[in-house]
Amino acid sequence: MATSDVELTGSTAAYSADNPAPLIEPPRARTPRTARSTSRTRTNFELYGWVFMRLSGIVLAVLVVGHLLIQLVLDGGVSKVSFAFVAGRWASPFWQGWDLLMLWLAMLHGANGLRTVINDYAERDGTRFWLKMLLYAATVFTVLLGTLVIFTFDPNIR
Amino acid sequence: MATPVMDKVEAESPEPADSPYITATFRIRRFNPEAAAEAYWEDFQVEIDPKERVLDALHKIKWDMDGTLTFRRSCAHGICGSDAMRINGRNRLACKTLIKDLAPEKPITVEPIKGLTVQKDLIVDMEPFFQAYRDVMPFLVSHGNEPTRERLQSAADRERFDDTTKCILCAACTSSCPVYWNDGQYFGPAAIVNAHRFIFDSRDEAGEQRLEILNDRDGVWRCRTTFNCTDACPRGIEVTKAIQEVKRALITRRF
Ligand code: HEM
Ligand code: SF4
Ligand code: FES
Repeated sequence: MATSDVELTGSTAAYSADNPAPLIEPPRARTPRTARSTSRTRTNFELYGWVFMRLSGIVLAVLVVGHLLIQLVLDGGVSKVSFAFVAGRWASPFWQGWDLLMLWLAMLHGANGLRTVINDYAERDGTRFWLKMLLYAATVFTVLLGTLVIFTFDPNIR
Repeated sequence: MATPVMDKVEAESPEPADSPYITATFRIRRFNPEAAAEAYWEDFQVEIDPKERVLDALHKIKWDMDGTLTFRRSCAHGICGSDAMRINGRNRLACKTLIKDLAPEKPITVEPIKGLTVQKDLIVDMEPFFQAYRDVMPFLVSHGNEPTRERLQSAADRERFDDTTKCILCAACTSSCPVYWNDGQYFGPAAIVNAHRFIFDSRDEAGEQRLEILNDRDGVWRCRTTFNCTDACPRGIEVTKAIQEVKRALITRRF
């Protein structure tokens, strides 16, 4: 099969040495400007983020596995979970603290993980910015709502 | 005919039982912006001794079958780093890859390395790759008077960065990295390897500066430890380990 045998689509048939097609470019290539523009924003943020992912991961492993065991496996499994069961656990400051820590760590860990994913995949700066704003808004909302519920939970609500 | 010859006549007569030749299919990713906007696959049937290398097959195609096939190579012996390409889905040097190691009964795919602009066929624009390399200051920095003799170093000090001195800048690692595929602003493994080579050199005095550069938004923290780079490196450099060592140096410096 030679070049001439390849079926060219209408849009591509017109290219020649004088009128070459656009090159196939990868997203966001590095340029001489890249290094300079980032050097102004040099902080340890990414370093702390990296350490936080690992530390919170270790703590989450304990919290999440413990949570799943208590909710879904031990003492009758998932069928025991009810309003009364939750109310009973949140009567204790220990479980309040457990759930609060799990909420904050999982949300910040997950949000930072998704920030990484957005940084990787969003090609245009605008897309990148708005996806992150959406992520941060959702994170703040969930963390605050969850915290509010843990602290103001009323077992006698009707 | 006992001696292998490049003659094509052999193919027409039934092959002698001891012929080393096989017919392998090379499925090559072609792109010519002067002919079409899209890249496409083209198959070439090549009669070749499987103990030869992919580069030999590319030469056969270019010299005997289709002179328009475009690729880079220089030394042909794994030293210059010109001919990294994606062969059967893995980044390798065409000049170091034996055909017999590629299951040649099936078509062997040959593509340009990913993450860099394809200019023609297997040739990519290496400029962003070298830009990242230059950005880590890949040269010895030393203050004070120049010594009158060589800069001495203990064998142990030399050993510290031995692995990363082997890099030939072929870009196989950087163009195998999924983070780099999606965002070419990431320094990429090769730049970090070459920074490592100086950061851990006892004679060099700009280690701090290089660490600071790699502490950047697009620096080592973007590495997700996929190990694609280590798998790809034709020089057997433990690329991911080198990146982790730079991360560790940044962390111990901080805490
Ligand atoms: C069970 C214990 C957990 C451990 C040990 C853990 C550990 C980690 C580590 C080390 C990373 C960084 C990976 C990298 O930089 O290459 C990571 C990424 C991530 N984690 Fe977790 N994690 C845990 C639980 C969670 C939970 C509960 C969530 C969801 C809320 C979550 C969401 C994520 C996300 C979205 C990423 C980013 C994915 C990526 O980098 O590709 N993780 N995790
Ligand atoms: S580290 Fe290995 S794969 Fe990467 S550029 Fe150097 S020689 Fe090539
Ligand atoms: S041609 Fe020099 S490394 Fe392959």
